[in-house]
Amino acid sequence: MNANTEQKIKKNIHTVSLLVANKPGVLVRIALVFARRGYNIDALVVSPTFDPRFSRMTITAQGDGSTLDQIIKQTAKLVDVLHSGEHNEDDAIHRELALVKIKNIPANRRFITQLLKRYKATVVNEDDKILIIEQSGTTKDLDELEKNIKKYGVIEMVRSGKLVMTKGREET
Amino acid sequence: MGVIMNAKQKQRSKVLTKKQPLKGGQAVVKCLEKQGVEYIFGYIGGVAIPIFDALLESKIKLIMSRHEQGATHMADGYARATGKPGVVLVTSGPGAANTVTGITTAYMDSVPVIVLTGQANTSVLGKDAFQEADIFGITMPIVKHNYLVKRSEDIPRIIKEAFHVSSTGRPGPVLIDLPVNTTAGVCEAPLDPDVDLPGYTVSDKVNKSQIKEFARHFKGSQKPLLLVGHGVVISKAQKEIKALAEKLNAPVVNTLLGKGGFPETHPLSLAMLGMHGTAYANKALINCDLICSIGSRWDDRINGNNEEFCIGAKKLHIDIDPAEIGKIVKPDASLVGDAKAVVAELIKYVPKLDTENWLKEVNFYKKEYPLSYSLEKGLTPQFLIDELYKITKGKAIIATDVGQHQMWSAQFYKCDYPDHWLSSGGLGTMGYGFPAAIGAQFGKKRNLVVAIVGDGGFQMTMSELATVSINKIPVKILLLDNNYLGMVRQWQDLFFDKRYSGVDLKGNPDFVKVAEAYGIKGIQINSIKDASKKLKKALEHKGPVLIHAETIKEENVFPMVPAGKSVHHMFLEAPRSQA
Ligand SMILES: Cc1ncc(C[n+]2csc(CCOP(=O)(O)OP(=O)(O)O)c2C)c(N)n1
Ligand SMILES: [Mg+2]
Repeated sequence: MNANTEQKIKKNIHTVSLLVANKPGVLVRIALVFARRGYNIDALVVSPTFDPRFSRMTITAQGDGSTLDQIIKQTAKLVDVLHSGEHNEDDAIHRELALVKIKNIPANRRFITQLLKRYKATVVNEDDKILIIEQSGTTKDLDELEKNIKKYGVIEMVRSGKLVMTKGREET
Repeated sequence: MGVIMNAKQKQRSKVLTKKQPLKGGQAVVKCLEKQGVEYIFGYIGGVAIPIFDALLESKIKLIMSRHEQGATHMADGYARATGKPGVVLVTSGPGAANTVTGITTAYMDSVPVIVLTGQANTSVLGKDAFQEADIFGITMPIVKHNYLVKRSEDIPRIIKEAFHVSSTGRPGPVLIDLPVNTTAGVCEAPLDPDVDLPGYTVSDKVNKSQIKEFARHFKGSQKPLLLVGHGVVISKAQKEIKALAEKLNAPVVNTLLGKGGFPETHPLSLAMLGMHGTAYANKALINCDLICSIGSRWDDRINGNNEEFCIGAKKLHIDIDPAEIGKIVKPDASLVGDAKAVVAELIKYVPKLDTENWLKEVNFYKKEYPLSYSLEKGLTPQFLIDELYKITKGKAIIATDVGQHQMWSAQFYKCDYPDHWLSSGGLGTMGYGFPAAIGAQFGKKRNLVVAIVGDGGFQMTMSELATVSINKIPVKILLLDNNYLGMVRQWQDLFFDKRYSGVDLKGNPDFVKVAEAYGIKGIQINSIKDASKKLKKALEHKGPVLIHAETIKEENVFPMVPAGKSVHHMFLEAPRSQA
């Protein structure tokens, strides 16, 4: 993939945050709106909010930018959705969490420690064979650490998907 | 009378609640009574018995259909003719699955229909129990909202919410799946609970300053055009639209479902636009400098090709559903709100426009390119519909099926009154017309209701002749029999070198005998000569009648804008090579 197409695809990634009623079926209803309009969901976080009646969904999805307006309006229209909106880096804080399991090779430890320091990541579990690293940060931070740590033998990686919160007084 | 009944009902329910706790099924029926339901269109099965059982003690009349699709279209027809939600009650599994076509039809045309389905016991859900179908999951994309009831005590709240959601804002179908243990078990919840719909809002407030701003867009327009859609009919905004058109001096076109939103006999009306719209409506579309859609969603059957749609014209859009704004056409200005409320306010601010030349122009189109048909070829559907129009003075409630006869009905049965035109527009469901007419007749006892159907579509739901017969429903069925799936044959004729495949309806029954077999009067029409006399006689008959008209077989509907093309490509008659 050349840099140009990579950039194009990146451009078509959108982060949508929804405040929904905590009722059965709501996730399916929302997923249907995305799927029907050709959107591919990359990441999806459903989590409780301060108010137990509601849940927060943060969806990262790829698709045609011109369709996004429809996706937001069609999800907002669902009876169980209180609010739906897109967020970018300027108007909101974006965070992801990653857990990375790598080989525990003593000779590499020094370099790994340096990397972890640079990306504010920590070792949360280890034995003589593996290390589990936890990192939280922006998608870019996570992508970079992933790229740099590859060469030390990544066994598996789990990412949480993105959370967003709007800056300032306004609620997400 | 409704008030007296309600009071009585209240009394009855009070007595009952004091004596013994209600069963879930009884609670369902009590809650439906509270909503003012008069009829339930339904079909029974094992897990629906507790609800049917409770109906034995209710004023609500159960209308048994012969197929669940029929029941769903009846509820739809009832809803379109009365503006009140239509209610369907069926069993689980196959019963529920049979409602899917009817629900989708109602969804596409924004019709308030409440579908109650029986369901297997909650304890076996997801275990492939007998007649378990996940109708909650199946219908998610074709309802405004739906519910799977888990506990009896939720029944009153859910029914109240369902009616509210279904009938407010942009209406639509709502399904409630009722596992048998929730209807057989005791329900001790109050029958008038609070609703819990934090995510549901209806934009019913009009913003005056926005409307003022919107009204300014009309200023300076020399060739304005109003586009009236189903939203106008649903919102009962006819008076307001008429006042708006007359103040602006603007001609009006309407969609298939917008028929009745503005009187089609009004001098400013150019009638229906789109694929089979009038040539003058479509020519006005090409030449206008401003188009304002009210309650229409710029469907592809009216836009054709969006890129070439009304190029250069200012586009204004009024709709109750914010998701419709910008979905197909990017408007220069828009207003979200109920058509009646918004237009009532808008009238105050729009300027009087000088459209004398524009009206001259569209009147020229009207004169030059009128709708027409030939009397030479033999008995044509157009002639019969035209006769029907003249005999009934345009006052009948018309329910059509889908196909050529539907388009000819739209062209030749001009509609001046709201709620007098029932047709499956969005989904184009064959089999809709006849049961919809039955539902409409239940809702409008005094009106003349005529189903105009084709020989193909009628056979999809004609088992409802039994429903008509048993209930002595005086609907009139005008069956236009061309021995073909005519609309598809037309496409094969025009675009597939006349290669007819799968359109011949050889094997049609003797329809008059079919009617008679159900104890319904059948009348046969074969020629122009006695057509009017026989039509008149049929319409004067007190009970139901099936009028079987054998028309010429290969008549095509014109004007026609080919699918996906802009109105510039409209042809007024068959291209030469076809003639
Ligand atoms: C349930 C369903 N199946 C198929 C179609 C496709 N279709 C549209 S019109 C039509 C022909 C209808 O024939 P008929 O009822 O005889 O009416 P006519 O066009 O001859 O007036 C067909 C098959 C449809 N709209 N609905
Ligand atoms: Mg036919």
